[in-house]
Amino acid sequence: MNIPAGTGVRAPLQWHRIRIIESPLIRTGFAVLAVAYIFWSVSTLGIDWVRVAKGLPRAADMIARMVPPDFSRWELLVRGVLESVQMALAASFFGMILAVPLGICGASNLVPKPVYLVARTIIILSRTFHEIIVAILFVKIFGFGPVAGVLTLIVSSISFISKMLAEDIENMTPGQIEAIRATGASFPKLLIYCISPQSLPRYLGVSIYRLDANIRHSTVVGIVGAGGIGQVLAASFSRYDYDFSLAILLSIIMLVFFGEFFSNWVRGRLR
Amino acid sequence: MNVEQHAQKYPEVWRRFSPRETLVRYSWYLGIVFIAVWSVSNLDIPWLYFLDAHIQAADLAVRMWPPDWDYVDRLTGPLIETIHIATLGTAVTVVIAFPVAFIAARNTTFNSVTWFIGRFILVASRSINTVVWGLIFVAIFGPGPVAGIWAIAFRSIGFMGKLIAEAIEEIDEGTVEAIEATGASRLQVLLIGIIPQVLPVIYGTTVYRWDINIRESTVLGFVGAGGIGILLYSSINQFLWQEVAVIMLAVFGVVIVSEFISATVRQRIS
Repeated sequence: MNIPAGTGVRAPLQWHRIRIIESPLIRTGFAVLAVAYIFWSVSTLGIDWVRVAKGLPRAADMIARMVPPDFSRWELLVRGVLESVQMALAASFFGMILAVPLGICGASNLVPKPVYLVARTIIILSRTFHEIIVAILFVKIFGFGPVAGVLTLIVSSISFISKMLAEDIENMTPGQIEAIRATGASFPKLLIYCISPQSLPRYLGVSIYRLDANIRHSTVVGIVGAGGIGQVLAASFSRYDYDFSLAILLSIIMLVFFGEFFSNWVRGRLR
Repeated sequence: MNVEQHAQKYPEVWRRFSPRETLVRYSWYLGIVFIAVWSVSNLDIPWLYFLDAHIQAADLAVRMWPPDWDYVDRLTGPLIETIHIATLGTAVTVVIAFPVAFIAARNTTFNSVTWFIGRFILVASRSINTVVWGLIFVAIFGPGPVAGIWAIAFRSIGFMGKLIAEAIEEIDEGTVEAIEATGASRLQVLLIGIIPQVLPVIYGTTVYRWDINIRESTVLGFVGAGGIGILLYSSINQFLWQEVAVIMLAVFGVVIVSEFISATVRQRIS
């Protein structure tokens, strides 16, 4: 290579891998810290190693009792799965609709600052708590059964869809909004003719994705008594009915697989 | 083009959709509403409970106030345990998810059988919720954080494995070919050709999943798999709502902080 004399530029003789953290000192430091953390955390957890050591034979025993899966009570299974699907469908429908106003209020380029802050706070608050905590509160208010489950799923759907919608609206090019405003359009007209055509495909995609996520989540809210296949699963597990449990787990896997397949298919067509 | 044709092509009033499109659109709406109505009506919802729901909710809020601040001292231990479960679970996940992703990616898998096995592991892991994995691992390892760590790990393998597998499928094949051309072994191709390309994705998804796992580990205690959920569950069952309020505030704080950390780290990586 022809390097002009005196510039001091020299091609490196050895190749080095590109690292995310360039300094080797900091890199090793992180590794040492990670190892130290593992030791510290494992020591503070107070693990009963004797009990854990019994785990492997227990797992073998459990698997032996799970296989073959027992599909003989398929009526109960089908009813549970159907209830889960219905919960997911209802929750997605209401979540989709209720998320629109919240999503619009959470877009900083459309609404005044106080409205934006309130909407964003609601979105963050409803995202923080795990579905099961929300489900327990709804079970206390509405009693056992699918109502609590549906409401839980609605809450999580609203926060998810509205967050995506708000971000989508904020990322829009300001040109169209300005153009429609320049024609003297009112706020509803702005929403109908400018915001909705631009955000609809993504909004529908997110909603369909949420349907698929709701199917997954509807299988678990039942554990605290909020209906669906999860309730059947929890009951069979507490009765050590492991062969029926495996049948339920396999049905859940099939259900989620088809839900995901459907969601991917619809989203592929939307594009 | 005569006047009539012109008027048909460029009508006085502009419409976004043709009549046919409108019809299709409205039938879609009708179908969606029909599905929603069918679902709700089949769930046999006791509508009577909605009448006094606001009273019940207000009652719950009153019972929660004021939060029992003395309870905070007993929370720090379980809170740290919750974070440990999430972190160690995520660490275990990274170790397991990479090989699974490697056989689940079309361009690195050995044959179609291994590809199918990899895909099945990813789907099964994602389909079963963390809490359900918790039920299973509590039955195996007994109640405690070990069950929680495995539950977190088994649910996260599917999530991280899927994202890493997608990243592996999208790598630049040129680099891999160049390294193969130097006569590198399969392992060397993996270490020098593939891993550096997917490393940012691995880091990013790890931090992202860690943040989700913190949220998940707060409820693992409900099935006895350790963490703050144990306290939350027992307080709820004893109707000690003032304690529940404190625990929920603590959970809120931890989740918000972890989300902030995760967002900051991900921003710096990308």
